[in-house]
Amino acid sequence: MSAVLHQIQGRMGKLFVLLPPYLWMILFFLLPFGFVLKISFSEAIIASPPFAPLFEFDPDEGILNGIFRIFNYQYIFEDSLYLNAYLGSAKIATVSTIICLIIGYPFALAIARSPKSKQGFLLMALMLPFWTSLLIRVYAWIGILRQDGVLNNILLWVGVIDEPLILLQTTFATYVGVVYAYLPFMVLPLYATLEKQDLTLLEASRDLGASPIRSFFDITLPLSIPGVISGCMLVFIPVIGEFVIPTLLSGESTLMIGRVLWTEFFNNRDWPVASAVAIIMLLVLIIPIIIFQNQQAKQEG
Amino acid sequence: MPRFLKFSLWAGFAFLYAPIFVLIGYSFNASRRGSVWGGFSTHWYGELFRDEQILNAAWISLKIGVLSATGATILGLLGAVAMVRFGKFRGRTLFAGLMSAPLVMPEVITGISLLLLFISAEQLIGWPAGRGLLTITIAHITFCTAFVLVVLQPRMASMERSLEEASRDLGAGPVTTFFLVTLPVIAPAIVSGWLLAFILSFDDLVIASFTAGPGSTTLPMLIFSKIKIAVSPDINALATIIILVAALGLVAAMFFSRRQSD
Repeated sequence: MSAVLHQIQGRMGKLFVLLPPYLWMILFFLLPFGFVLKISFSEAIIASPPFAPLFEFDPDEGILNGIFRIFNYQYIFEDSLYLNAYLGSAKIATVSTIICLIIGYPFALAIARSPKSKQGFLLMALMLPFWTSLLIRVYAWIGILRQDGVLNNILLWVGVIDEPLILLQTTFATYVGVVYAYLPFMVLPLYATLEKQDLTLLEASRDLGASPIRSFFDITLPLSIPGVISGCMLVFIPVIGEFVIPTLLSGESTLMIGRVLWTEFFNNRDWPVASAVAIIMLLVLIIPIIIFQNQQAKQEG
Repeated sequence: MPRFLKFSLWAGFAFLYAPIFVLIGYSFNASRRGSVWGGFSTHWYGELFRDEQILNAAWISLKIGVLSATGATILGLLGAVAMVRFGKFRGRTLFAGLMSAPLVMPEVITGISLLLLFISAEQLIGWPAGRGLLTITIAHITFCTAFVLVVLQPRMASMERSLEEASRDLGAGPVTTFFLVTLPVIAPAIVSGWLLAFILSFDDLVIASFTAGPGSTTLPMLIFSKIKIAVSPDINALATIIILVAALGLVAAMFFSRRQSD
C-alpha cells in the first residue's frame, strides 16, 4: 500500500517539476506560432490591432464564418523585394558561417590546446564580448568604419590610401558586424568538442609517421564534426533573421529579411504581411533547426 | 603550440576586443566629433547621469532584468532536473526541443509571435491588459530559460549521484534531498545562469521592441533610437559603463563556477 502511495507521490512530484517549464514553453513559445500563422491569413486594416478578424459570426445563419486570405503570400511571392531579401539573408548567413568557421576553428583549437591552467582565463576572455550588449558592440563598429573613423585614419596615416574609403553602409560592413557578433557562438561548441579529444590518438598517429597536417585531417577534424555542426547552426539560423546589424551597418542595397519584416511591422504597420514573412522564414529554417536539435540530443546521450 | 595557432589566438582576441577599446577611448573624448581627439574628459559621464530619460530607461531595464532572470532560472532549473533526472518520459523529445529552440530562433520571429499572442489573448480573455513591463518580462523569461538550461544541464549531469543517494538512504525525501544536497552543489551554476539571463534580458532590443507598450521604453530601445539618428558621445559613456558592469558580472560568474570545480 505504502509502495503504491510512494509511486503516486513520486509521479506527482515529477509532474510538479516538469509541468511549469513545459506549460510555459508550450504557452509562450509554441502556441504563439499558431497566432502568427492565423494572422498571416488576415488582411491589414486601419484599426487597433491593425488586422481584420479571421472568423466572423453570422447572426442570421448562426454560424461562424472563416475567411482565409492567401493574398499576403501571393504578394510576397510576386514582389521581388521579398525573394531578394530571403536570398540576401541566405547568402550573408552562409558566407558569414563559413568565415566564422575558418576564423573560429584555429581559435578554438588554440584555446583547447593551451595549458589547462590558462584555459579558464581564455574562455572568460572569449565570453566577455558576448556578455556585453550586441547593440553596443555593433555600434562600436560605426566608430571604426565610418569615413572619419579609426580605420580610415590609421590607413591614411600609414599611407596605404590617399583618401578615406567608404566602408560603412556596405555589404563589407555587414559581414564584419555579423562575423564579429557571432564568432563566440562558433568558437564555444568547437572548443567543447576539441577539448574532450583524446590526445593520445594524435601521438599514436605521429608515432606511426603521419605529418601534423595529415593527423589534423584524419583525426582532429573528423572527431570535431559535432562541434562544427552545432557552431554552424548557432551562427546560420539566427543570422537569417538578423535585424540590428543590417540596420546599423548595411546600406540600403543590402537586403535582409529580418529588416524587411521589421519595416513591414513597425513602419508600414502591415502585420499580416509581416506574419507571412515570419511564417516563410520559419519554414525555411525548420530543417536547420531540426539538424541543430538532433545534434544537441546526440551530445547529451 | 604551432605558430599558426598562436597567431589565430591573438588575432582572434584582437578582433574581438578592438571595437570595445575604441568605444571606451571615445567615451573619454572631450570633442563632440568622434574623429577629433579633444583631450581627456569625463564630461559625457556627467551628462549621462543628468539625463532623466536614460536613467528612467535603465531603471526599467534593471527591473525587467531581475524579474526575467529569476523567472528563467526557476524554469531552467526545473527543466534541467527533468532532463537529467527523469530518464525517458513521454513527450521528452518535444520538451527538449521546446527548451533549446529559443537558442537559435531569430529574435524577430520570437518577438512578433509573442506580440500576436498577447494581442490575441487580450481580445479573447482580456489578459494581458495592454503591453508593458509584464509582457516584456514574460517574453524575456521565455527566451532566457533556454540559456539557463544550457548552463545548468551539464552541471547537473556531471554531479556526483552518491551524495543524493546517501541522503535518500538516510531517510530524506526527494524534496528535502533536492534542497539540502542537490541545490547547494549546483548553486554556483545557478548563479552563473541567473547572471547570463540577466545580461541577455538587459541587452535585448528586438524582442522588447515588439512586446513593449507606451511608457516601457527599455535602455536598449532608447540607445537604438539615439544611435540610429547620429553618433552621440553620451552613448559611448553609457556603453563603457555597461561593458564594465558586464565584465564584473562575468568575472563573478566565473569565480563562482571556479569555486565549484575546486
